[in-house]
Amino acid sequence: MGFFKKPKYITPKQKKRDIPAGLWRKCPGCDGVLFQQALADSLQVCPHCGYHFPITHKERLACLADPDSWEEHDSNLESVDALEFTGVAPYPEKLAYNQKKTGMQDAIVTGVCSIHGRPTALGIMDFSFLGASMGSVVGERITCLAERALEERLPLILVCASGGARMYEGMLSLMQMAKTSGALSRLRETRLPYISILTHPTMAGVMASFASLGDVILAEPGALIGFAGERVIRETTHEELPSGFQTAEFLLDHGLIDQIVPRSELKARISTFLDLLDGFTSFAAGASEREGGDGKGEPAVRDASASESA
Amino acid sequence: MTLSTLEFERPIRDLEDKREQLLQLAQEHGIDVARELDSLNSKLADLKRTVYANLTPWQSVQLARHPSRPQTQDYINRIITDWQELHGDRHFADDEAMITGLGKLEGRKIAVIGQQKGQDAIERVRRNFGMPHPEGYRKALRVMKLAGRFGIPILCLIDTAGAYPGVGAEERHVAEAIAVNLREMFTLPVPIVAVVIGEGGSGGALGIGVADRVLMLQYAYYSVISPEGCAAILWKDRAFAPDAAAALKMTAPDLLKLGVADEIVPEPLEGAHRDPDATAQEVQQAVARCFNQLSEYSPEQLQATRYEHFRRMGKFSVKSQPAAEDKPQGVEDKGVH
Ligand SMILES: [Zn+2]
Repeated sequence: MGFFKKPKYITPKQKKRDIPAGLWRKCPGCDGVLFQQALADSLQVCPHCGYHFPITHKERLACLADPDSWEEHDSNLESVDALEFTGVAPYPEKLAYNQKKTGMQDAIVTGVCSIHGRPTALGIMDFSFLGASMGSVVGERITCLAERALEERLPLILVCASGGARMYEGMLSLMQMAKTSGALSRLRETRLPYISILTHPTMAGVMASFASLGDVILAEPGALIGFAGERVIRETTHEELPSGFQTAEFLLDHGLIDQIVPRSELKARISTFLDLLDGFTSFAAGASEREGGDGKGEPAVRDASASESA
Repeated sequence: MTLSTLEFERPIRDLEDKREQLLQLAQEHGIDVARELDSLNSKLADLKRTVYANLTPWQSVQLARHPSRPQTQDYINRIITDWQELHGDRHFADDEAMITGLGKLEGRKIAVIGQQKGQDAIERVRRNFGMPHPEGYRKALRVMKLAGRFGIPILCLIDTAGAYPGVGAEERHVAEAIAVNLREMFTLPVPIVAVVIGEGGSGGALGIGVADRVLMLQYAYYSVISPEGCAAILWKDRAFAPDAAAALKMTAPDLLKLGVADEIVPEPLEGAHRDPDATAQEVQQAVARCFNQLSEYSPEQLQATRYEHFRRMGKFSVKSQPAAEDKPQGVEDKGVH
């Protein structure tokens, strides 16, 4: 891929406090010190050790969607303090702060874009908004997106990241697990593929709903993925945790995810899976399909009737 | 029966002890204490009414966790006939934290799924304190699908602090097991009624909770996180659990208001553990009524209304002004849902 240049870097000789903030970043993977610009050129992946820094929804969108193909939907939905949550900091204040910080309405953006020319329903969670916790808006936008995919016969991609359910919305938050899984149960009655991409970190309620339900599940290297938090497990079980516990690599070993895909290869890999799954071209129909020259990324004929849900 | 006393029950217990002493005194010395007894009894009744009419959410949580509270097996013993337990997920193990089986409710076939915490120390260990591993959820789904195939309605009794947070549970993907249950429960072609009988602990509860009717016992709770867990995260101190319990809106009356629970099943004045028979009666009546209503629905109607029911969950505002980077969508301001 063109944008994955050999990055420049230097080994740190200065002490940390001498390094001007903003220009440099320390890699948690290898302790190397990296130029921000070099990092940006390498999709926020450390050139020494391959550590994947978390990225914003905008950077993710730039990685995955064809240029200028993005059309956002349901961005007019906004969280409300339905519980009038009485805690240390009021929920509306938290929301306002995170909206200002991230420029997002809530922890996800959803819409339709094209990926290598193929129209695709895409949702991207952004951990920088309240730990990408799932409240009513996140659940609603994912559900709307899945319903849109169903209606417009689009494949669905969800880039997951989340600390879990959003406590400030109490049980309404937990119910989003059911709601989103329900929407996916309808999508599953069709031949529209759903690919879930697990990024750092994908935990708890999100992992126990749509994130685990992909027809194909891909993960970024090193991503933390699991249900219970490490602290809770330690306190409950007093067990020694295996090395690499709850990492993408651990889950590949234990049979949950299909592949670990480096960020630089993600778009191409998604595209490949969409090619392999999308539409209902059978092996027998393949020959005529090839003659028809469906190589331009046009959507294949999609099954609209045979698999309609009840 | 010796029952452990919760802190807020203390004044009631004290008064009961006083009455006991009075009776003993009367017996030993042959004194007539009828009048004193009358006044003590009415005082006791008043006190109970006051205490239980003003339970805080945290006190309700304590009742929901009461070690003597009736559990899934107690309800099965009282309201299900011809009970046959089914064991194992057909893959890895039989998770005894989750009871599954077939039987009859008021003469009609039914499948029952429910977490079981255990009554004594030995059973509690065997049941893993009612915290299922992935196998528990997979066993539940196996039996629910079996019921679905044979047209048998499903009763889910929810009573868990949560799915077990352990290494094995993670290695065998408890999150995936719960997620698959959520998805597949939407497709089941038979009526499903869930009753939260004690603790409704987060995803571990919801994993058998996608139902056509969700009932809660009066003092049960259902929450996205334990009050202690929430307090540890938001207040940085577990001692604030009572505050978290109130903030999370996790009691049956709160959840009825939020539309998460459809109905509250009344408990005896001092909680289900004071009269398990009466509680089981109430549960049976409520559940049978729900199944009667749902028997009118075709499988397609059940699936459609179940979807709509959960589709409506959530509260948010719809703004008329789209964000700057968005294309206008012309959605009017509908206010809060
Ligand atoms: Zn590095």
